[in-house]
Amino acid sequence: MNYILNHPLRVAALAAGHLELVAVALVVALAIALPLGLFAARHPRIAPWLLGTLGAIYTIPSLALLAVLVRWVGLGFAPIFVALVVYAQFMLTRNIVAGIAGVDQAQVDAARGLGMSPTQVLLRVEFPQALPVMIGGVRIAAIAMIAIATLGGYVGGVGLGVLIFNGLTLHQPQMIVAGSLAASALSIVVDMLLRLGERRAATP
Amino acid sequence: MKGQIRYEHVTIRYPGSDRNAVDDVSFECGSGELVVLLGPSGCGKSTLLRTVNRLVPLDAGHVFVDGADVTQRDAVELRRSIGYVIQAIGLFPHMTVAQNVAVVPSLLGWDRQAIARRVDDLLRLVGLDPDSYRTRRPSQLSGGEAQRIGVARAIAARPHALLMDEPFGAVDAVVRSALQRELVRIVAELETTTLFVTHDVDEAFRLADRIVVMRAGRLEQVAQPHELFEHPATAYVAEIVHAGDDVFRRYFLHGRELLRGGSQ
Repeated sequence: MNYILNHPLRVAALAAGHLELVAVALVVALAIALPLGLFAARHPRIAPWLLGTLGAIYTIPSLALLAVLVRWVGLGFAPIFVALVVYAQFMLTRNIVAGIAGVDQAQVDAARGLGMSPTQVLLRVEFPQALPVMIGGVRIAAIAMIAIATLGGYVGGVGLGVLIFNGLTLHQPQMIVAGSLAASALSIVVDMLLRLGERRAATP
Repeated sequence: MKGQIRYEHVTIRYPGSDRNAVDDVSFECGSGELVVLLGPSGCGKSTLLRTVNRLVPLDAGHVFVDGADVTQRDAVELRRSIGYVIQAIGLFPHMTVAQNVAVVPSLLGWDRQAIARRVDDLLRLVGLDPDSYRTRRPSQLSGGEAQRIGVARAIAARPHALLMDEPFGAVDAVVRSALQRELVRIVAELETTTLFVTHDVDEAFRLADRIVVMRAGRLEQVAQPHELFEHPATAYVAEIVHAGDDVFRRYFLHGRELLRGGSQ
């Protein structure tokens, strides 16, 4: 706590960097997960395979994945960014598939029968109703990403992880606590905001 | 020709099945006529219905609506010109009642005011007060009210043909008979050609100008209700028209003849 009070600007700057890393990774991850999820939702035979593969990737320990990524893309922003995008895929895609699968088939039948094109069925009927579940996926992914992003301090000198890893090497428990507390606070705030979004999407 | 539906040697086999779901079916549903497809579940009646708006593809034969082969028409445009009501109703829960009713007119690009007027007219037509129902959500409707909205949504863009797949199967008996009476009134008022699927013999007798009896994908008989009674073509037809309380059906048919001036 002391460290945060004594170095508020440094902590704020690292928190901002942390949030930026997660936000950019989340946007890129969503850009990949959306088409992937929609494809899987339309191809129920492929969905379990795709989700299984993404789930398997999700179980790779993050330090191990980062070690491999550092060899490929070097140190800095890149390895942790790629790791976040990769880890988010499972949570995002799974909830997109679940959200669309959860839409009552009678509505889809009625929508088609009334003359909606496949795109209209998706955008006007399936998507609005799947939205709360999809936002739920974004929320879970964002929280996990905030946690995993602390490793960015180890491989790239970005985010609140910098405090934690510097604290470890310098034997400064205050820095470790400050980094952890700030990361937790970020998680809680992001969780609350996305919960709000989830609820608003569920009650139009 | 308006709204006329014609089946010619229609055959459908689902992938992986060893028998035809619909087997060489031909009949015609004249303009403004209410034809009921009657048969046990799994007899192919819903499948047959869903060929008209191309929700089910044909393996052989032809289906004509307004004299045009449905496979020659764009599926989406075809469906917008045909009303469609299903047992599960399928109202969109994230839209208001008015938005649900307005689905097809808005797909067709009607202007806002025309849509608003049409929605109010339709709500009145199905017996619901526009002012108290317009802004409700489907979750705030009873089963009977929801299916009234389902019917209003189906006829919103003034289709010449209306397809109904066991529309009243999930509502209780009292509501069902009210809905049946109103359907007869609405269809007569709009002169919409209607194909109506049911397994309920009494419902078929109440509604139908003609009944198509199906069994295992084949036509057993196509006839007016009283003909089914008096001259059943097969043992199966005789069995189902006399199943249960057929006193009611005799009484009902008699009443209908009187209403129509005995012209049948």
